[in-house]
Amino acid sequence: MATIPEVQSYPVKDWRNQIINEVKKNARISALFGAEGGNLYAVISHDIEGRLSIATTSIDGSDKTYPSLSAELPQAEPFEREIAEQLGITPKGHPRLKPIRRTKNMRDFYQVRGHEVHEVAVGPVHAGIIESGHFRFQCHGELVFNLEVVLGYQHRGIERALIGGPDPRTLHYMETAAGDTTIGHATAYCQNIESLHGIKIPERAEVIRSIALELERTANHVGDLGALANDIGYLPTASFCGRLRGDFLNLTAQICGSRMGRGLVIPGGVAFDLSREMALSFQQKIATLLKSTKEATALLWVSPSVLSRFEHVGTISQKTAADLGLVGPAARASGLKHDVRVNYPTAAYEKFTSVSHPGGDVFARAYVRWLEIQSSVKLLIDQLLVLPETPIQNKNPNNQHLPPNRMAVSMVEGWRGEICHVAMTDRDGRFSRYKIVDPSFHNWAGLEVALKNQQISNFPLCNKSFNLSYCGHDL
Amino acid sequence: MILGEIKARINQGYRTIKFPDVEPDLPERFRGMPKMNCKNFDCKKCKEACPTGAISIAGAARDTGATQGAGTIRQLKLDMGRCIFCTDCVLACPEKAISFTRDYGLSANDRDDLILKNGQVFEPANALKKETLRIFGRSLKLRQVSAGGCNACEMDTQVLSTVVFDLERFGIQFVASPRHADGLLITGPVTESMRLALEKTYEAVPNPKIVIAVGACAISGGLYAGHDEVAKSGATEIFPVDLYIPGCPPHPITILDGLLRLIGKRWSHA
Repeated sequence: MATIPEVQSYPVKDWRNQIINEVKKNARISALFGAEGGNLYAVISHDIEGRLSIATTSIDGSDKTYPSLSAELPQAEPFEREIAEQLGITPKGHPRLKPIRRTKNMRDFYQVRGHEVHEVAVGPVHAGIIESGHFRFQCHGELVFNLEVVLGYQHRGIERALIGGPDPRTLHYMETAAGDTTIGHATAYCQNIESLHGIKIPERAEVIRSIALELERTANHVGDLGALANDIGYLPTASFCGRLRGDFLNLTAQICGSRMGRGLVIPGGVAFDLSREMALSFQQKIATLLKSTKEATALLWVSPSVLSRFEHVGTISQKTAADLGLVGPAARASGLKHDVRVNYPTAAYEKFTSVSHPGGDVFARAYVRWLEIQSSVKLLIDQLLVLPETPIQNKNPNNQHLPPNRMAVSMVEGWRGEICHVAMTDRDGRFSRYKIVDPSFHNWAGLEVALKNQQISNFPLCNKSFNLSYCGHDL
Repeated sequence: MILGEIKARINQGYRTIKFPDVEPDLPERFRGMPKMNCKNFDCKKCKEACPTGAISIAGAARDTGATQGAGTIRQLKLDMGRCIFCTDCVLACPEKAISFTRDYGLSANDRDDLILKNGQVFEPANALKKETLRIFGRSLKLRQVSAGGCNACEMDTQVLSTVVFDLERFGIQFVASPRHADGLLITGPVTESMRLALEKTYEAVPNPKIVIAVGACAISGGLYAGHDEVAKSGATEIFPVDLYIPGCPPHPITILDGLLRLIGKRWSHA
């Protein structure tokens, strides 16, 4: 946490050089955003050192432009489109300054013209029970030259509504920013509130939060493995995992009554406790579930019919993954190592090590999930064993005024990857800006790149191997 | 290879629940039908704490005293169509007069039926009218549209097709095209960006058709009611709705219970 005047402000040119230099030295952009008044902020993660740096600049010229970062740092691309759309500040020289959420302003799709080149449009309404988004393919026969992902259909105006908060809706906006990542986003928000108020949460609350976070990860990873199997028509794993995912969600429901973890994480701690009997029965259940999951997914890694569809499909090299700024399992499946749990650990994750796989293809993205399920289950069982004997809540500050003119950054490794929240307060102690960066915001570009020169029939499989959030991106 | 699959199939066991013949195994802390027993209507702490304006106090302060004879009954109302089943009102109430029961049957045919009144019994959803029921009762194909949903209602709807709930044993199926469907199941507050796509999907469904609104967002806008980016009152603003399934998100059992009531396969859950 910092007071806003302390945040290092640079002239635009220096600010830009600073970001480029830092990112080229093994750092990443975790957040890049603007606030009313024309200030731009960059949160840069130096993962190996476990350090964040924040740089700000002020765009004060009457033409409201600055030289774009995207040509040199592709990972800045969606962030700069967002800055342009939210604040009317133009990043000059941006390679393709199209709308990021305002679908009605989307006029020109990227088009390939030529003999027998055709265009395929999919969505926003999809065939399955999933969220809404539009995909535009440029194809030659079965071959995809280019995929353009157009999002914004799920835009509900969360960031706009957060300004002036916290209020009775704020925590619930976080819980539903990406409803499948309730624990991740609610934890990131609560950490910011606690940091701004200077509250330390009891150890037991810290551990229960990590248990809920790992249950959320495990449930979703198990579900994804089932869904990947389903997309290639390998039904045994698909149906086994469909059941197993629900069993993990039901554990979260045993803690707090909601399968999605609604109402569990609150500022100051957690709202529900785990009794000793519950912890013991959880340990047994989780061990049994892991055994069943192992059996259900082991079939994937040995069946030739599965491997021939998973391997060498949708490959992303380590360099491309780093250039695009990918996060989470998608990054770790391309050999990158960063993981908030390891680089910026809270108490529960002190001994945690992250997993990765160098493959970069659908197989790697599936296999990394299996590796992560195992490391999460191990952590769950260890943590359940040593629940500290403290209360589960410190004083809940509810929606009281926050200290004025402060800035706080919070990060959580959600099941899709790094969740980054930045809170800024005005002189009255209300939010002047609250930035939410869902991991999907970094990763959608990965899907576009993965589809290059693939068969269009591989799209569902590649899409599922990322399984990104539409509403987390659209907010 | 095939032996491995057979062995796994045997070990994984038979997992389909016996619902509706046997009551479902819901978690101890499950938050179902809200129950109110308020006597102090001037307190209003629950109303202030509610993030979605689900709680109102009818016949409020101005009716006290001299005008009380006018016939207004003062009472606490809780609109399940807006309620996100958080615990903010429960925690705010000094008298502990609001609680969530474990009753999962929350669906209704009329929007007004979702408004619970202090001490009054809830009227759960009835089956479709005779003629529509004859058409859809034994085979109901639904097209799901997420119009700004957060993926929670979507996940808990999608899960009905797994082996655990096995929706198809009731003749209900989610289909890929609206032209193959008998109705829409809508989630989300209907974002302005999705309004046109949703309307077109509705038009593509052949008549007669039904609409099911799942979750607080689709029923009332929920947490997003009042945002310029979404419709004023969810899907109800756009289409006539045949079944409302409240929750944030509703438990899969709540959704299944609602669907079964609609096709006349369930009358009471006692």
